[in-house]
Amino acid sequence: MKLDDTPVPLPWQRREKRFSHNGKFILTVLPLYIFTLAFVAGPLVYMFILSFLQRAEVWGVIGKFTLKNYTDILDPVYLKTFWESIKLAVLTTALTILIGYPFGYFMAKLSAKWKSRMMLFLMIPFWTSSLIRLYGWIIIFRANGPLDKALMFLHITDAPLKLLYTYAAVVVGMVYALVPFMIFSVYSSAEKLDWSLIEAARDLGANPMQAFLTVSLKLTLPGLLSGVVLTFIPSMGLFFIADILGGNKVVLVGNVIQEQLMKAHNWPFAAALAVVLTILTSVMIYLYRRLAKVKDLEGLV
Amino acid sequence: MNDIILQLQQIEKRFGDTKVLDGIDLSIKQGEFITMLGSSGCGKTTTLRIIAGLETPDSGRVLLEGRDVTNEEPNKRNVNTVFQNYALFPHMSVESNIGYSLRLKHIDKATIKKTVAEALDMVQLSGYEKRMPGELSGGQRQRVAIARALVNKPKVLLLDEPLGALDLQLRHQMQTELKRLQKRLGLTFIYITHDQEEALNMSDRIAVMREGQFEQIGTPEQVYDMPLTSYVARFVGSANILSGNVSAIDEQSVAFNCQGVTVFAARRDAPISIGQTVTMAVRSEKINLTPQGAGETGLHAVVTEKSFSGGVLHIIVTLDDGSELVSSRHGIDSPLAAGDSVTVSWKPENAVLVDL
Repeated sequence: MKLDDTPVPLPWQRREKRFSHNGKFILTVLPLYIFTLAFVAGPLVYMFILSFLQRAEVWGVIGKFTLKNYTDILDPVYLKTFWESIKLAVLTTALTILIGYPFGYFMAKLSAKWKSRMMLFLMIPFWTSSLIRLYGWIIIFRANGPLDKALMFLHITDAPLKLLYTYAAVVVGMVYALVPFMIFSVYSSAEKLDWSLIEAARDLGANPMQAFLTVSLKLTLPGLLSGVVLTFIPSMGLFFIADILGGNKVVLVGNVIQEQLMKAHNWPFAAALAVVLTILTSVMIYLYRRLAKVKDLEGLV
Repeated sequence: MNDIILQLQQIEKRFGDTKVLDGIDLSIKQGEFITMLGSSGCGKTTTLRIIAGLETPDSGRVLLEGRDVTNEEPNKRNVNTVFQNYALFPHMSVESNIGYSLRLKHIDKATIKKTVAEALDMVQLSGYEKRMPGELSGGQRQRVAIARALVNKPKVLLLDEPLGALDLQLRHQMQTELKRLQKRLGLTFIYITHDQEEALNMSDRIAVMREGQFEQIGTPEQVYDMPLTSYVARFVGSANILSGNVSAIDEQSVAFNCQGVTVFAARRDAPISIGQTVTMAVRSEKINLTPQGAGETGLHAVVTEKSFSGGVLHIIVTLDDGSELVSSRHGIDSPLAAGDSVTVSWKPENAVLVDL
């Protein structure tokens, strides 16, 4: 039998076209390169160099090479901080998935009218500074605050809970700050999902759970993974949440960096910590790429 | 009655204020190729979805092999669907797509591989196992979708306008192939289309649907030659419709007055009385046009347009009351030209009374 309809071009065949540049193309992307060099690569290189220098007695740095900053990180205190940060980031990310994935997934199923309404509801908090919103949490969490009063009124507790300045408060603050990013990235993935595929799966004998796992979840995985990257990485560095809601009890890498930079004025050590954090983050992105099988990070933003 | 595989009983379905299905009944025999024909929005896709279990009717029952499956989940029914957009899983290879239902049944890998290979061979796509759906053409995707639905050995295969997205040539080819496949496997096909030619070409029976009801259910010959309603006559083979008051009745034919002229139509197995207003349908190929004054009796008309397509010449004429009729014949041209006055006539046995 003759198949006379021509196959559509394969993905890599289409890609070639996109990357064939000419002179004009270079000109159009030049601003992007300049911007990237000045504001992304520049600071990174500066930070990297700084991390191998020595701190000056009172202010600034001495231009002498040293590895001391990195060997200092091996101090159990700092290793423990890294470990605690990763643990908190994992917990935060897990909770954002638990809340954000179903939220984003079902939001994609809403009617167009409700989709835009939900989008607005999610955007409204961003009109206020995140710092101010965090202070809002202080009011809610503080002893004899609204939460305590409500819990006692409902006879769930009979004495004020000491919620503020606890690990739980930090986790709540982190999840609160980061869950929109998970929602948005899952939503953007689920929005593109062809719901007839789920019907096809059901038709072929899958129960709702099997259809979800084999089709919906697989096809929204890029969104979920980019959501993981978008929550895991910031949650390692959101020092002000740990500061404001955790008092001094929860110390994260971000807090140490901020402390070393602003209070101890040990810029090289802060830079070394930041370099290690950046490397950890890069490993995360690498794993994301491996998992999501994407060649570029376009699924990320 | 044992060979009835699927029965729809008084199915009703509303979406909000719209009544999509208004009490439909249908019995389908084992091995039958039945087509639901209708324009978009007539409820044919909803009917199919109710059979598949993707939609639940508000009232009525669906019986599969005599068993009530009305409220059964789609995964519990041995019915499979070829979706309009094929709905192939984009993240799975052709092989995984086809083997999907078998994997859910936890069949061993070797058997799955063998069954998938057989299914691919059946749709003439052997060697495409590792391709992704995105790398296939429309016709190939279509074949994969059919193989995927058939691999499960369904009692009934539902096809929702499966050829709609293909070009004309490929569509004709697939029509023949689908029909051949259905005969060879002895499977029951419920096919949806809005293309009357496709329906006439493939079906054992056609159910013409309109506004959530069946206008007529019958063999292609019955639907084409003896339409029950003017809608069916127009939709299937675009017939010309005329109406008037009955003036005389005899054994074979009915005479009625149409625009001042007495015309004839075949009598039908339905009561009829003098003075009654009747509507008749006559196929364009059964209409004769003769130049005015050639002695033929019939309706007076003026030729307005001639067009040639698909080996058939269509001559459009305008009657005195302004309505248009189409006469068609094989050939490239006729001596008639636009502006000519003609007499329109037909043999009484070629005119069918409808809407009785």
